[in-house]
Amino acid sequence: MGQTISEKILARASGKETVKPGDIVTCNVDLAMVHDSSGPRTSGKKLDELGVPVWDMDKLVVIADHYVNLDTPESKNVQDICDAWCEAHKVKHFIRNQGICHIVLPQEGHIRPGMFCVGADSHSTTAGAFGAFMVGVGATEITGVMATGDIWVRVPENVRMEVTGALKPGVVAKDVILKICGDHGIMGFGYQVVEFCGDGVAAMSAQDRMTLTNMAAEIGAKTGIIAPDAKTTELLKAWGVRGVNADDWQSDADAVYAKRITVDGDTLSPQVAAPSSPENADDVDNYRNVKLDQAYLGACTGAKLEDLRMAAEVLKGKKVAAGTRFLVAPSTIKMRELAAAEGTMKILEDAGAIILPSGCGGCIGLGDARLAEDAVGISSTNRNFVGRAGPKSSKLYLASPYTVAASAVAGQIADPRDML
Amino acid sequence: MIQKGKAWKFGANIDTDLLAPISALTSAKPEDAYTECLKDVDPTFAPNCKEGDIFVADENLGIGSSREWAPQYLRSCGIRVILAKSFARIFYRNCFNLAVPALVCAETHKIATDDQLEVDMENGVVRNLTKGETYKCDTVPAHLMQIVADGGLMPHLKKKFKKAS
Repeated sequence: MGQTISEKILARASGKETVKPGDIVTCNVDLAMVHDSSGPRTSGKKLDELGVPVWDMDKLVVIADHYVNLDTPESKNVQDICDAWCEAHKVKHFIRNQGICHIVLPQEGHIRPGMFCVGADSHSTTAGAFGAFMVGVGATEITGVMATGDIWVRVPENVRMEVTGALKPGVVAKDVILKICGDHGIMGFGYQVVEFCGDGVAAMSAQDRMTLTNMAAEIGAKTGIIAPDAKTTELLKAWGVRGVNADDWQSDADAVYAKRITVDGDTLSPQVAAPSSPENADDVDNYRNVKLDQAYLGACTGAKLEDLRMAAEVLKGKKVAAGTRFLVAPSTIKMRELAAAEGTMKILEDAGAIILPSGCGGCIGLGDARLAEDAVGISSTNRNFVGRAGPKSSKLYLASPYTVAASAVAGQIADPRDML
Repeated sequence: MIQKGKAWKFGANIDTDLLAPISALTSAKPEDAYTECLKDVDPTFAPNCKEGDIFVADENLGIGSSREWAPQYLRSCGIRVILAKSFARIFYRNCFNLAVPALVCAETHKIATDDQLEVDMENGVVRNLTKGETYKCDTVPAHLMQIVADGGLMPHLKKKFKKAS
């Protein structure tokens, strides 16, 4: 019987020939990632309480991204704890203030196909875009990983999510994943691993695919994964990862899937998720004319280099509507620099964008992009729960970078296809 | 393990931003800010929840972030057992790691706030003493009950490292 890519990774990590859904196995962790919020100030403190060292310093990556660039004593305190802990423990891979962990981690060459990784953040699923199996856990759980180097895993069922056909111009990975949220719900694939595949996925750039696996967290999945191909290898090479063997990490033709689902790429329209859940997703047409106080391009979901390019494609030669703030927080500093070098940032700024520091910021209701009382916003982020990006009275719509940019120009939710 | 206590009943889709709001996490002492737990849903919950009370919800409890503050705050409020129709996976693991058993129960819609409950975790039975009803709940894998019996993952790890040395 064939195995899926996920089963192959879990079998390797647990030292078994094969695994099957429902098995509870102990996996050796190839890489553990924590950030300033889930790391030193929480799990780091707990590790010190255990009085044991990090199991393998080569395999721990600490990334400061949640509380950076925030001018409050509490945020500075979190940063100070993070700096001091990393120094005291001689953390080898401490990446400070360079951008959001889920993008920085692959960008700095830490992810390759076939890895079994654990991250103390729910969007750790993002690394699945590179054929790695990465799951999110909480602070105490990652303390256990840092101490022992292993973790118990219940082998998940596999869902084959095939995107058929070809996405039309102005329709991207974000629309695909919002459509899946809308059709299947916020817990549609509870405890399962969702494997994205099909012509629609093959045609996507390796960077855009990260948006699919990032939001596997918003469909209840344990994680999302995409078998690597030439595009994966090429992007990883650009990020300094050599000798990637994509062929070893593919699902077998006779692998077993609990569900096989298709998304029709040919007919997909831009999607918008209404307040206050990603599962309130529907065609952009149904939300036209919603007036906006703010449009935000940011987060691990929607501010990568290619997301910035999408926005620029819409905004070139146009201006953001009076009465609407358009804020852009590039996912990482490196991507902001690349976007600046090619002129993308200038297009955004000329259109009236306010550029914010790279970090989690507005997505978690921190910094200048936090929504005001009663404000209505649209953003390229991943969640719009009550109280997440602003006070209870604020309202947040989720959409692709294209749709966010088009809406910023219109001052109300708009279809980007009318502006491309 | 049998836990007896008063029920606090909530609906579906109680997410981690509601359980542990960002305002609490960015306060000077986040560990003390559990009083903000669910303030946007039911502001009477945190001030009135008592040690040993039982948290009951419908589908998708704990969706969202990996922030362990979410079950930590429920624990700080006094909650010792959680029942829901379904759980988000990170939240589920976090609960056990903090020694708060999270049990899947398909009949939580029959439970109301203030009902007196008795939860028998070994046998997977929930008795509603107020209504005179009995519901089934899933039993918990042995390795997770061991973590709970040890007082959570931290004491469990301490025991493990003590044995090793």
